Amino acid sequence: MKNTYWKKNIRYICILLSLWFIVSFGCGILFVEQLNTIKIGGFKLGFWFAQQGSIFGFVAIIFIYIYLMNKLDQTQNR
Amino acid sequence: MELQYWIWIAVGLSFSLYIGIAIWSRAGSTKEFYVAGGGVHPIANGMATAADWMSAASFISMAGIISFGGYDGSVYLMGWTGGYVLLALLLAPYLRKFGKFTVPDFIGDRYYSNTARSVAVFCALIVSFTYIAGQMRGVGVVFSRYLEVNIVTGVLIGMGIVLFYAVLGGMKGITYTQVAQYCVLIFAFMVPAIYISFLVTGNLIPQLGFGSSGTDGVYLLDKLDGLHRELGFHEYSSGSKSMLDVFCITMALMVGTAGLPHVIVRFFTVKKVSDARKSAGWALLFIAILYTTAPAIAVFSRIYLIETVSNQPYEEMPEWFDKWETTGLLGFTDKNEDGLIQYTANTTTNELTVDADIMVLANPEIAQLPNWVIALLAAGALAAALSTAAGLLLVISSAVSHDLLKKMVMPKISERGELIAARFAATGAVCLAGYFGINPPGFVAATVALAFGLAASSFFPAILLGIFSKRINKEGAISGMLVGVFLMLFYMLKFKFGWFGGGTKTDWWFGISPEGFGSIAMIANFIVTLVVSRQTPAPSKDIQDLVVNIRKP
Repeated sequence: MKNTYWKKNIRYICILLSLWFIVSFGCGILFVEQLNTIKIGGFKLGFWFAQQGSIFGFVAIIFIYIYLMNKLDQTQNR
Repeated sequence: MELQYWIWIAVGLSFSLYIGIAIWSRAGSTKEFYVAGGGVHPIANGMATAADWMSAASFISMAGIISFGGYDGSVYLMGWTGGYVLLALLLAPYLRKFGKFTVPDFIGDRYYSNTARSVAVFCALIVSFTYIAGQMRGVGVVFSRYLEVNIVTGVLIGMGIVLFYAVLGGMKGITYTQVAQYCVLIFAFMVPAIYISFLVTGNLIPQLGFGSSGTDGVYLLDKLDGLHRELGFHEYSSGSKSMLDVFCITMALMVGTAGLPHVIVRFFTVKKVSDARKSAGWALLFIAILYTTAPAIAVFSRIYLIETVSNQPYEEMPEWFDKWETTGLLGFTDKNEDGLIQYTANTTTNELTVDADIMVLANPEIAQLPNWVIALLAAGALAAALSTAAGLLLVISSAVSHDLLKKMVMPKISERGELIAARFAATGAVCLAGYFGINPPGFVAATVALAFGLAASSFFPAILLGIFSKRINKEGAISGMLVGVFLMLFYMLKFKFGWFGGGTKTDWWFGISPEGFGSIAMIANFIVTLVVSRQTPAPSKDIQDLVVNIRKP
């Protein structure tokens, strides 16, 4: 029982940290040139990710983790 | 009403609020002094963390730095927010579960060694002192600029206020004043931003106005790229640093954020593990409000600055130009004596020097906003500086009274004695910080990067591995921290201060700047810790049980 809790937690962390890496280092730094060729409104997409999108992404990632872990904690208490 | 009166009212009101809160929330026990009794609501803790985190530099300088750096400024935007993801997912919940008072507490107990504890105390003190000197200086600068008192008086007033609520209330006083300070500073930052966004783009939300077009129908960012090309600057949206360096700086700032003791310790103040996760989420949300607005302000003010000054006659400059010229933040020398202001990237023909701070400080005047907005800005900048200073102060005082005195030198000290020691340590730290605020050592600016690099290369790997591996032992952790810290110190001293033969940009290892080197030092720490732990005996059953226990919700 204990072990599945920890394993699930680790799985959530791995998935969410990959997202964290993609929105910031991926879209904002490594592939910024390629994404900059796409324009949405007045923003070049890569530039937008670097200065705004990544931050919105971070907030979303933490709240998803809070949601997932609260659910996981409940299965523990049952 | 006269501007000066407005400023005195705004600053006076906000300061009396802080003092009122301090009197209401006096600390009676060491638990209240160190972790506010451990019962802070996650949203309140989120606000306090946000205020703690956003310093004078975030409030005053960051928008300006982005304004001049364009895409290069992204390292701060991503670096100073992304660390919260690491905190929420990897550190905060487990450290809360561990349930002690300080970061050296965790390192010392998990690695069953006072040597590890001492190394952690040493790092916590260096990181915090580096940071706090800058905050007190910020307080002095704001006072002298807005209230027309000299910097020394300004620093002394700031010291008095922080001393009052930090010494009296400890973490409890600090937490609730920080909640108030967050409200003051975010209001002060957003009001001018919304005003200016509406003036420039007709959009009330700066984050959207940032990507819209001005009155002439051209997208602001396209216009700015064009202006930059004309004047010879690198394109605003593409930047001048190498990709590897941008990557390393961003990583070092993120990991450094997650390893900063004054941020971590905030998560000890909530009631339970799930609250630690929640408050990290709220903290980042509150921080994001300012951090997503800053790049918008950067663009608005950059365009406005270039359009107002470039190739315009000096004689026809608006009033704010003269005013800020007298403060030394703006400088104009008519090199070719044609009476026009040439603002270019070429240093031999450029005639205008602009300090980054002006982008936030002068914004309300430039946009001709009412006087009360300017007064608000002064109160907001002070709130930002004071809240960060107070958080750091607590780390310093707890490192001395709890980690050094109680845990190592005098284990038998009574609760009352420890509380008195904590208050003395806080007083001493305020005085030292004030001294550095009045006589700023030249290295303050250079060492902010050092603070992040040090936190990244020392604490982060030790805490992370301490939670996620049962096998890591004290030999591994201690040697890892020492290698990380000294590698980082060596690189900083070599390339920032010219020790060990010095060196220029071309000598940087792999082309990585000292700001980004924390990432490399961190990797070195990880490798050393893992290798040394493999070669030495595993930690005892008790320690392994401690780790298992931390992982339970």
